[in-house]
Amino acid sequence: MTNLQRPFRIIARLDVKGPNLIKGVHLEGLRVIGAPQVYAKRYYEQGADELIYMDIVASLYGRSNLLEIVKQTAHDVFVPLTVGGGIRCLDDVTALLRAGADKVAINTAAVHRPKLIEEVARKFGSQCMVLSIEAKRRSDESWEVYTDCGRERSGISVIEWVQEAVELGVGEILLTSIDQEGTRKGFDLRLLEAVHAVTKVPVIISGGYGQSDHIIGAIEAGADAVAVADALHYNRTDMQTLHHIAQTTTVTVRTL
Amino acid sequence: MSKSCVSIVDYGLGNLFSVTRALQTSGASEIRIATSPEDILNAERLVIPGVGSFRDGMDGLERQGIAAAIREFASFGRPMLGICLGMQLLATKGTEFGEHSGLDLIPGRVVRIPMTDKSGITLKSPFIGWSTLELHDSINSHKNAIACLSPQDAVYLVHSYQYAPESEANILATYRYGGHHITAAIQSGNISGLQFHPEKSGKVGLKILSHFLETVV
Repeated sequence: MTNLQRPFRIIARLDVKGPNLIKGVHLEGLRVIGAPQVYAKRYYEQGADELIYMDIVASLYGRSNLLEIVKQTAHDVFVPLTVGGGIRCLDDVTALLRAGADKVAINTAAVHRPKLIEEVARKFGSQCMVLSIEAKRRSDESWEVYTDCGRERSGISVIEWVQEAVELGVGEILLTSIDQEGTRKGFDLRLLEAVHAVTKVPVIISGGYGQSDHIIGAIEAGADAVAVADALHYNRTDMQTLHHIAQTTTVTVRTL
Repeated sequence: MSKSCVSIVDYGLGNLFSVTRALQTSGASEIRIATSPEDILNAERLVIPGVGSFRDGMDGLERQGIAAAIREFASFGRPMLGICLGMQLLATKGTEFGEHSGLDLIPGRVVRIPMTDKSGITLKSPFIGWSTLELHDSINSHKNAIACLSPQDAVYLVHSYQYAPESEANILATYRYGGHHITAAIQSGNISGLQFHPEKSGKVGLKILSHFLETVV
């Protein structure tokens, strides 16, 4: 299953609540860590391949904070920036891209109205349309799509949703396991394998990083990228270390 | 010609903010946004950024009447750089969502990246990630921005289509994916194009842009 020169990325994920970077467990924001743009710049300088901002309570509060954070970040961060959380229509996408985002990650609004995927892909290109999936285990081989930051059940199977959404023009998938998120117990590799098996668009696995061999497991299970959050925020690891670990496998990673 | 002044073509596609900031950080003290034929013809150096489909890109250029101005600018001999879609639009034809005519400044076609690797395994598409480049011998016969790269320098790419120039001599650099050589940079005289995003390639990208700003044709 290993492709020659398969690229692999290590992404810093920053969950944002209002003006703050927060630490989440099972997608619920628990603790304020600091100013997101300060951490974003630090990770860029450390060698993050990309950054993700996820506004975890965007549907409850105004969005002016997020746009301002994106603007400040894009001012001196020169790697791709994906922004998600509370995006409902093309105008929201336009506003984020104008503020300096390169891609948008959409979950809830796409589940409620799948055609939004097609509209975003058509107007801004598939490379801009990241499908964010919040997945919760139903059984060993079955996962359900949740919306609204893990609060609402959709009744939709993750695997079926991936297939439908990719047909509509998704360019990349951000796959977050609600079960694993914030636990440090490792990524949900069965979920990753199952999604990898049904799509040819790149998959970013998120939720559960705890130690370095979790990266190797993710690569073996087919991940094209991993998103790491509080292990970076709390200095339990850094970009250099994560890149070195990935370099011990067959994938191609950036030499820092 | 000063290093300071560069004009960025705005044809409604892509995020001009990143390219602007990256050029400022790379040493450009004056950046103009070019939206009309006059803006383009008066440019000292021209950058054509852009993301999206080939068809939308050409529609954008034609709608604002700037495609003809870009062709005329190219004949002046001043430095011109296409980035990502802006590079692909330099081709004779694009094949995304049907065949469409491009600017035809460097003869060639824009075609899909191979769907499988050399052993038949399906490749992920779009390609998204960082790669080092293989610089071709042609690089010595051009003054260009990427000659400054070290072998370990990686750049950020995101694309499903690539430039296939008619002449190998126009290929400055490729990268390897699934055993294939994928076009990463092209040049013909004063006209150059990068498939990757220098504005998203960290310090390596800024170094390339800085060299572009110093290029004297």
